[in-house]
Amino acid sequence: MAVALSLRKAIIGTVFGFSFVPLFLLGWVVYGMFASVYHAKVRENLAILAEDKRNAIDLFLRDQATQLRVLAYSQPVERLSSQEVMDSLLVLLQQRSHVIVDLGLIDEEGNHIVYSGPYNLRNVNYKNEEWFHLVRMKNLYISDVFTGFRGFPHIIIAVAKKENGKDWILRATINSEIFDSFVRTLQIGKKGDAYIVNKYGEIQTKPRFSGKNTSIVKDIIESNFSGVRLVEGEMDGRAVYIAGVWLQEKDWIVIVEEDKHSELEPLMRTRTMTILVSGGGLLCVLVGVFVVSRMIVAHQERHDREQARLNEELVQSSKMAALGKLAAGVAHEVNNPLAVIREQAGWIRDLLEEQDVQSSPNFQELYDAVVKIEQHVERAGNVVHRMLGFARRMEPVRIEVSIPDIMRQTVLFLENEMHFRNINLHWDIEENIPLVETDPAQVQQVILNIVDNAIDAIGKNGNITMGASYDPKEGCVCVRIRDDGPGMDKETQARIFDPFFTTKQVGEGTGLGLSISYSIINRLGGSIRFVSQLGEGTEFLICLPVRKGSETE
Amino acid sequence: MTVASIPNQPSVLLVDDEVDFVEALTKRLRRRGFAVQGVASGQEALDVLARQHVDVVILDVLMPGMDGIETLRHIKERFPDVRVVLLSGHGGEDLGVRGMAYGAFAYLLKPVGLQRLVEVAIQASEHAAFR
Repeated sequence: MAVALSLRKAIIGTVFGFSFVPLFLLGWVVYGMFASVYHAKVRENLAILAEDKRNAIDLFLRDQATQLRVLAYSQPVERLSSQEVMDSLLVLLQQRSHVIVDLGLIDEEGNHIVYSGPYNLRNVNYKNEEWFHLVRMKNLYISDVFTGFRGFPHIIIAVAKKENGKDWILRATINSEIFDSFVRTLQIGKKGDAYIVNKYGEIQTKPRFSGKNTSIVKDIIESNFSGVRLVEGEMDGRAVYIAGVWLQEKDWIVIVEEDKHSELEPLMRTRTMTILVSGGGLLCVLVGVFVVSRMIVAHQERHDREQARLNEELVQSSKMAALGKLAAGVAHEVNNPLAVIREQAGWIRDLLEEQDVQSSPNFQELYDAVVKIEQHVERAGNVVHRMLGFARRMEPVRIEVSIPDIMRQTVLFLENEMHFRNINLHWDIEENIPLVETDPAQVQQVILNIVDNAIDAIGKNGNITMGASYDPKEGCVCVRIRDDGPGMDKETQARIFDPFFTTKQVGEGTGLGLSISYSIINRLGGSIRFVSQLGEGTEFLICLPVRKGSETE
Repeated sequence: MTVASIPNQPSVLLVDDEVDFVEALTKRLRRRGFAVQGVASGQEALDVLARQHVDVVILDVLMPGMDGIETLRHIKERFPDVRVVLLSGHGGEDLGVRGMAYGAFAYLLKPVGLQRLVEVAIQASEHAAFR
């Protein structure tokens, strides 16, 4: 059983190993490839989003600047200096969008000549403001977001024009909430964020979450690049993808953060799925291996048992052959001295016929002694004869006989004995038992041996059942001889076919009956088996092939 | 048992390597009116046959040295008129059968009763006498 167990372990181990490794590799490789494609896709999406938004903001800024420029260049300063004109222009602009909060015209001294809007900013002087000088240099200026005089975040856009040899500046204030709404559409997912940062790393719009790690953003700002810059980093304790892209109209950068975890959620689901499918596959393999190994081991065990039975038979028959040779050798060696003893005793018998010896007072004693010697030489001779019978390999005759007939004839020899011992004989013979091609004398000898043993086993008062049946599958006629004697213990059972093994008293049995029976049945191509139970009796089963194929010897 | 009366005292040569067996059988056959000599090997038997006339040779088949069959062939070659009775133990039956083919008069299985041996010996000597 230990062998079967280790065989099973080996099968399970091997198959599991050979299926686990490829399955694992398959899952790993497919997942890995999917993950890399997915990562690439996520980054690409992020870049596209950032770029789109950059374009939209650029467009907006360009639009505002152009609008202001058109106003500035299409109207002479004279008209622009009029409060009514400025008011109507603001109304016109606000009709289109409400992002423009106010308008103002500034002369080259920085004086706010005309102002249209909700705040009282007329007469404010901008001469010392940085932007005032920048706009005169570049003709267009867009500011960062600041709160300034107005008390709410805004940017200003200013354009400069020359008229009558003087610089004039038209300036518009834009509520910077417009940028918040621009980036808000990019604040996707549960943790995604988007905002605009100026070139100093200052946040220009309201981010969705506060506590920004501006060092990452600064890194992006400081690195020189065009197009979209994509980095991975940590923001507020979360792993994030960060995309940055510079505006074209302004030195601002659009930053889009995406939460890596929520973005990769589908990938995680895929991974879980992969693990589940692989695990399920492995489970199937495991169950399959378990079942198959069980079948193999069962098959192997059956095979082993069969092999053990064949080995047992082989051992028995080779034991028989060896003992046969031994018996023949012993018989020959004993035969010669027996012949000498017989002849010397015969000579004494001859001499006892002499007249003078007959008159001797010890004549009778001598005569009895000679008779005893002759008797026991005869007895020894019989043993030798039977040993040789066991050893001899004579060719059995082969005629078609009825096994039940042989059984009935054989039992006739023992009927008196059974009657005397009060043993009842029962018959259990099936109909239609075919004739068997075999040696009737030898079969008779075997049946006689076994029934004789059965009678001896019972002693007195018992039953013997003799049965015969035909097994068409095996092509055998089987003889059953059952007694209800005391049965045999295991030790006896193991030895009953051994020559010279006997349970009878010395002188009553030679111990050759069953071993001769065994070799006879073997030679006739049949089989002889028995079942015995202590206290219940013994049953012998002899099966003879209806047609004997070939000699077993 | 009475001593058989045999008128012309057939001469018998016993050949068997078992000396005690030869000795006992010699005495018993002599008592029954045969002129018996015993030897222990095939070669000795051929020597005896060369020296004197013998009617019947009783020859053991299984002997060391020259075995019964070989001895039989020599006897039949050189003394064709001599009758040979083969005496064979168990296991030597096929040798005995071969012996018959080489011209043995009879072949008896050991153990053989003295009565039977005597009968066969007489038949053999009569057979020889008729020739």
